[in-house]
Amino acid sequence: MKFIIFILLWTISNLANALEPMPPKISDTLEQRVKPCIICHGDEDRAGRDAYYPRIAGKPAGYLFNQLRNFRDGQRYYQAMAILLENMSDDYLLEIAHYFSFLKYPYPQPTANTLSPGETQAVETLIHSGDPDRDIPACSACHGKALTGTKPFIPSLLGLPHAYLAAQFGGWRNGGIMRGQTPDCMSEIANKMTQEEVNALAMWLPTQPVTGESAEAEELPPELVQRCQTILSGEGFIQ
Amino acid sequence: MKLSNEFKFAGKRQMIVFAASLLLPLSVIAASQSPTPDAEQVKRGEYLSRAANCMGCHTTRGGEPYAGGRTLKTPFGEFVTPNITPDDETGLGRWNNEDFWQALHSGKARDGSYLYPVFPYTEYTKITREDADAMFAYLRSLKPVAQTNPPHKINSPYDNQFLLFLWRTWYFKEGVYEPDNSKSEEWNRGNYLVQGLGHCNACHTPRNVWGATQDSKLAGGEIMGTYWYAPSLISPLEAGVGEWSTGEIVKLLSTGINEHAVTSGPMATIVRQSLQYLSPEDMRAMAVYLQSIGEKRNGNEAPKKIPPMPERVSKYLALGKPVYEKHCQGCHGESGEGVPGIYPPLAGNRNVTMTSPHNTIRSVLYGGFPPVTAGNPRPYGMPPFQHIIRDNEIAWVVSYIRNTWGNLGSLVSPEEVDNSRGNEF
Repeated sequence: MKFIIFILLWTISNLANALEPMPPKISDTLEQRVKPCIICHGDEDRAGRDAYYPRIAGKPAGYLFNQLRNFRDGQRYYQAMAILLENMSDDYLLEIAHYFSFLKYPYPQPTANTLSPGETQAVETLIHSGDPDRDIPACSACHGKALTGTKPFIPSLLGLPHAYLAAQFGGWRNGGIMRGQTPDCMSEIANKMTQEEVNALAMWLPTQPVTGESAEAEELPPELVQRCQTILSGEGFIQ
Repeated sequence: MKLSNEFKFAGKRQMIVFAASLLLPLSVIAASQSPTPDAEQVKRGEYLSRAANCMGCHTTRGGEPYAGGRTLKTPFGEFVTPNITPDDETGLGRWNNEDFWQALHSGKARDGSYLYPVFPYTEYTKITREDADAMFAYLRSLKPVAQTNPPHKINSPYDNQFLLFLWRTWYFKEGVYEPDNSKSEEWNRGNYLVQGLGHCNACHTPRNVWGATQDSKLAGGEIMGTYWYAPSLISPLEAGVGEWSTGEIVKLLSTGINEHAVTSGPMATIVRQSLQYLSPEDMRAMAVYLQSIGEKRNGNEAPKKIPPMPERVSKYLALGKPVYEKHCQGCHGESGEGVPGIYPPLAGNRNVTMTSPHNTIRSVLYGGFPPVTAGNPRPYGMPPFQHIIRDNEIAWVVSYIRNTWGNLGSLVSPEEVDNSRGNEF
């Protein structure tokens, strides 16, 4: 039987060869190489498909590089990313991180704010002042006054889907496989907040329009640099 | 005449050495005690350990190299690889050459108990004593890592030394590789690398219900604990390379990609961890051996007529066409021709047409990049489609590529797509 199949195959493949198809045009660029990323992290409208995927275009390069390595090395868990990155080198991941950090996609429209005025005010206090009594720093202290991140290791909080933000908070609070394998200050801070606060933050952030660029590293307060060492260390990162 | 010349020469050399030793007695003594041969041995051991890919199993994701802790799932339970760094308490710190040889060659632990054949001593037994000693010298040279790994979780009744004794009696043939003198030195080296150090049989040979590799060596099989099928290295319908040039074989195994094929799944990882580091001579030797065991198709038979396709089948295949045009054609081409060395062709691709559709389904579900290697440092990748298209669409498109442009393979159902899911991450 196998023999017959082979003969059929052989005959047909010879016929097919005779037709000489036009090969696809492939450019020797990083854009072409990272097509697998764009299918989820691209700029096309994916409303109604799966609103989970975070925006990576324009995020600081050091942050992207660290996340790529964390996915590959099992320090941050997401199956699809782990499989894609399994056999990638640091050098290549660094190149890819830089590529996406320079990429400019239009930002999504802010969502409507469904929080009550009281909830909104509580969130805005957390964002801009934190809660010193509970040792919760202001989000803006690290993520920049405009919340658009701080170069090169701290990500923007804006332009991200609610589902993604909620999942990250959940991962930090519960530890375990998603975000908790490398203890960092975000797990520690997320655990100091209540579930209600976390929910409200994940609801509020997507309502904010994105304005401004990432902040510069020197704007980080020294005590937070100390507290968030694991996030701010980027061994092998080259600007 | 010739003899006396040699004597003269030897005499001169001795004189020089003698004079030098008078002038620099200390440095000469230091040189004779220097660990040059040992450093050589360690270097050789490192190379051999790469070829045997010890690190592949004895390192957990993102963990310390060789400190073990990786879980290997099998139908007989979950095995956790041990720490093989030279740490006294948790690794091989107290082992000596004999202990290591006993493990590698005879499949016995330091205390003499039988090791589980999840450790491929069934193949490593072919490794020579000299190579084993070099590998051990290399492992001894590593930085000791104190890391205690969790215990195995072996299903009852397999956790039993007597059963292991029976298993060994039946399925384990101890013995160093014996060269076949009717074959070239290169062929024998390749055989040693494939059957011994490289332990290709561990995945590419079917296993029986007792987990033993069967007599049909390298005939292809489902890889235990994964959802991948390791294709036959014999059959021309799977991954047998009897019809490839040695250059094409070397290119695939050392860079991860060539004009016909791309390595994916566990094989991509093996190329990254192990094969890309082999010397050109060893790579060629492997290619020569693999080429010799690959069966050739006999092209002299009269071509048979293709049976007409039932309407039901052609209707099913037609469902896959628009999916292909939307998601696949941009890279794999209108006629499945691919882009040589970048995107594999699908027309005539044996990974697409072979009996088991698992690997193709998995490539569509999870995508992937070929391994980053010196020969392919910036590979082009394939997107994962698990979140993008539904199982029935994947079934249509896989059926379509298995039966278009001259390809011929079984149709794939959405159930088969679902059965191919799952992974070790």
